[in-house]
Amino acid sequence: MSLSTHNVCVGYHGKTIVNQVSLTIPEGKMIALLGPNGCGKSTLLKAMARILTPIKGEVHWCGKNLHQMPSKGLAKQLALLPQTQPIPEGIKVKDLIAYGRSPYTGFWGRLTKDDHTIIDKVMQETGVTALAEQLVSELSGGQRQRVWLAMTLAQDTPYLLLDEPTTYMDLNHQVELMHLLRQLNLSGKTIVTVLHDINQAARYCDHLIVMKQGQINTQGTPEAVLTKDMLRTVFDLNAQIHRDPIANTPMCIVEDK
Amino acid sequence: MNRFIPFFIISVLLISLVVANLLFGAVSLSLHDVFRGFQPGSDSYFTIHEYRLPRTLLAILVGAMLALAGALVQGVIRNPLASPDILGVSHGAGLAAVVYMIYFPHSSISWLPAVALVGGLCAALILWWLCGHRSSTIKLAITGVALATFYASTVDFLMLIKPLEINNALLWLTGSLWGRSWPQITMLLPWLVLIPCALYLAKSLNLIHLGEDTAISLGAKVNSLRLIALAIAVALTAAAVSICGPIGFLGLVAPHLARKLFGGRHQALLPATMLVGAVLLLMADLVARTIDPPIELPAGIMTAVLGAPYFLWLLIRTK
Repeated sequence: MSLSTHNVCVGYHGKTIVNQVSLTIPEGKMIALLGPNGCGKSTLLKAMARILTPIKGEVHWCGKNLHQMPSKGLAKQLALLPQTQPIPEGIKVKDLIAYGRSPYTGFWGRLTKDDHTIIDKVMQETGVTALAEQLVSELSGGQRQRVWLAMTLAQDTPYLLLDEPTTYMDLNHQVELMHLLRQLNLSGKTIVTVLHDINQAARYCDHLIVMKQGQINTQGTPEAVLTKDMLRTVFDLNAQIHRDPIANTPMCIVEDK
Repeated sequence: MNRFIPFFIISVLLISLVVANLLFGAVSLSLHDVFRGFQPGSDSYFTIHEYRLPRTLLAILVGAMLALAGALVQGVIRNPLASPDILGVSHGAGLAAVVYMIYFPHSSISWLPAVALVGGLCAALILWWLCGHRSSTIKLAITGVALATFYASTVDFLMLIKPLEINNALLWLTGSLWGRSWPQITMLLPWLVLIPCALYLAKSLNLIHLGEDTAISLGAKVNSLRLIALAIAVALTAAAVSICGPIGFLGLVAPHLARKLFGGRHQALLPATMLVGAVLLLMADLVARTIDPPIELPAGIMTAVLGAPYFLWLLIRTK
């Protein structure tokens, strides 16, 4: 299993946003995609999730062109949690999570015993078991985000792609989510997530990929990537690098302008 | 298991309405007369077999078809206010029929369904041509509303400049089950094959409900699914409109009520919508026939009387 891009250009309406990116996602790692707004990190993630088709270049899954593979088969390999989700009307939490099993079910969507086991498991992992009978439209923002994550986990894929999953969450839910992602990663999933918070990325991820203006600026371990130079060239910030007193990972403190 | 209770209630309601539609009308019959009406030669044979029974069946079929079309469009456009009326399909079919009746007054009325069908399909194609196959749902809905208004005003214009020829057109445009019988049912039957096709889409429609990105990620072929679902909805609407004229609000209200009662899973929603649509049209036609006998109101007026306030309530509530 491997996910890679080869000279990929991606964009909307003829405008190129990601420009000539070649990248191999290190397997088994927890990876953060970082960069300022508009740098193309979400666009690149969407191309890897086959939501967008590249203008040029190819995305490869196991050495084959991802965009020419049967979609239902890929749905068992790659799952995506988009940044924003619509609020479906009249759908219960347990139904929404069960939709995550659709790549495995027949045309009528009937669930087997195995499906139910997986649904129960992911509901426990994300802490939404008590919400099962509630309507998704009645949940708070943080609860809804966890329910959607549970739906994505029910897809039971080795690769998990997330687009800014912590953006609308309270701090405590953010921490919970990052811990959960870490656990999933330790149990074998490769996780690629777009993040806004550089310190969060440095603390919880093994591998950081930093983008600027549609191209990859630098990538590597948090130690190697999180430097004064990088923050100045990519984010136009003067910052100091210190040690996180708890996790001993690098963190940045922004200086006054 | 508790979702079977609303199914049970609505089925009982449907059966009671069927019986009521056979019993009441210009003349009220007894249950005994109704049973005898199924046998040729009895006094009530004409009333039941030639008149009330086909009309009741037609109400069930047309109600179910319009409601199913509405549920498909709402499922694909992901807007609870969408319906085939909004895509301009019903009004396109209506315009074609009015043009036919005004400019070919001597040709056979039996061509009317075919003409309306062509009109409905053309309206859908024009919408498709204007919006392209990858346009946003909002653009589709707004363009549809604009086109529907354009067709409706063209009909008004035609009726103003040709006041002598409008009688037939006016009668048909209000949407009525009056004067329809077994031949019209036979004409509808081939279209029923679309119902299992629509049910086959139930699982994928659930995924579309989750947003395009998630649907693709779960393996759904969003673009072709959208095309197929809309094509089925257009054909169902045009076929129903060609028989009974545009019966407004049914495609909007029925899926909505069904979603309230049965939830948003399309495996339950689609069959439930058809039941609710049939119940609503049976109810509308029963009231239309019995409110001031022997005068009959068109069922389309009854659905509008019920549907328009519901639509307004929806609009106010969604704010």
